[in-house]
Amino acid sequence: MLNLDFSFYSWSLINDFILKGLYFSIFLTAVATLGGVFFGTLLALMRLSGKKWLEMPAAIYVNGMRSIPLLMVLLWFFLLVPMIIGRPIGAEYSAIITFIAFEAAYFSEIMRAGIQSIPRGQVFAGQAMGMTYGQNMKLVILPQAFRNMLPVLLTQTIILFQDTSLVYIITAYDLLKGFETAGKNFGRPEEAYLLAAVVYFVICFSLSYVVKRIHKKIAIIR
Amino acid sequence: MALDFSVFCQDTLTNEVVKTCFERGPDQTYLQWMLGAWGWTVAVSLTSLLVALVVGSIIGTLRTLPDRPGWVRFGNAWVELFRNVPLLVQVFLWYFVVPKVIPAMRDVPPFVLVVCALGLFTSARVAEQLRSGIQALPRGQRYAGMAMGLTTPQYYRYVLLPMAYRIILPPLTSESMNIFKNSSVAFAVSISELTQFALQGGEETSRPIEIYIGVTMLYVISALVINRIMAFIEKKTRVPGFVAAGTGGGH
Repeated sequence: MLNLDFSFYSWSLINDFILKGLYFSIFLTAVATLGGVFFGTLLALMRLSGKKWLEMPAAIYVNGMRSIPLLMVLLWFFLLVPMIIGRPIGAEYSAIITFIAFEAAYFSEIMRAGIQSIPRGQVFAGQAMGMTYGQNMKLVILPQAFRNMLPVLLTQTIILFQDTSLVYIITAYDLLKGFETAGKNFGRPEEAYLLAAVVYFVICFSLSYVVKRIHKKIAIIR
Repeated sequence: MALDFSVFCQDTLTNEVVKTCFERGPDQTYLQWMLGAWGWTVAVSLTSLLVALVVGSIIGTLRTLPDRPGWVRFGNAWVELFRNVPLLVQVFLWYFVVPKVIPAMRDVPPFVLVVCALGLFTSARVAEQLRSGIQALPRGQRYAGMAMGLTTPQYYRYVLLPMAYRIILPPLTSESMNIFKNSSVAFAVSISELTQFALQGGEETSRPIEIYIGVTMLYVISALVINRIMAFIEKKTRVPGFVAAGTGGGH
């Protein structure tokens, strides 16, 4: 087929090169999603708190992160984190820290929209029940906001999974790197990139199909 | 640790500080190199944006055609294909795989290949936005065009698209800003744009912090400029009495 040759692919090759990268990509996606949602919610609450000294730093952080390319953020953290803590850390740890910090900015925008989509009456109802701010958020607002935002959150997670391929710039070993290493070792880089594209497509396409189904389900209930 | 921005005035070969920060002749300072890299970033981004707008408009329109299930399916497949593969992988596909598989593409310069990758990647997003923009218009608009005796291309050209584009201007703004950020992946195939400069300049000078600060500032400036330009276009094209922002096409 078109002077491409896939015959060098075997189970042992997948075991040796690909799986390690796939695990890291999935791990990075999971950790960055959980961490990003946690810190993103904090940032969103800061921006909606109505207190200037909380709003300002959160707004600067979120807008700053969103106006520079992820690749530059990766480079910055790879450079600065070892300087701050005073000892070298691996590319993998650096990637995890960067992705949590970077995605927090994006998730905070999603959470902010989600919280603002809750009718004011719900807030007042919670207050009328005598709930504190924390109780009101935890028991009334956030559960509904999370539910409204679930499809967008999941879509962002798929984008996040695709973005993990950018750890290429600090030479962390992810799924793409796995394919690239395999391709280089066997002198077949083109085929390796093609297969990488197919694997990413299958994963992301199935995930976005699942998200569509979830979206439909939630839409019906509401 | 003190920052020393005189690094930008250094000659890239001799590392001596040049007084004016600008060299004449074949030599250049790091500042000149960075500005040249910014030029590449802008060139890649704007050309890709053009490709994305043209292709995205065609695909987005195809996806809303009535009674043309074949074209609709083609448009949907296009969007799914380009949306579900990471941009970096797409850049590698265009740069390494396409020239090998298609012999005619062997002598195409890397710049064009990167523009293809970034442009088509973004075209899927533009197509998705345009589709939702057209579908957000009241159905009566389409029927009104038909009732007037307009052909399909005519009522798209004169009725649907002018309003749909106004609806999707805000998401198009963020997409235009995204394309500047996404152009940074061109570093991977040695286009000498800003991120590539950050990597190389940082290493050569051993002053990565100063270099990164310069590059980051240029990215922020680019994003701001694009944002202002799009806001200007939005203001100029506004139709009085038509609320475009996110109301789903209500009048």
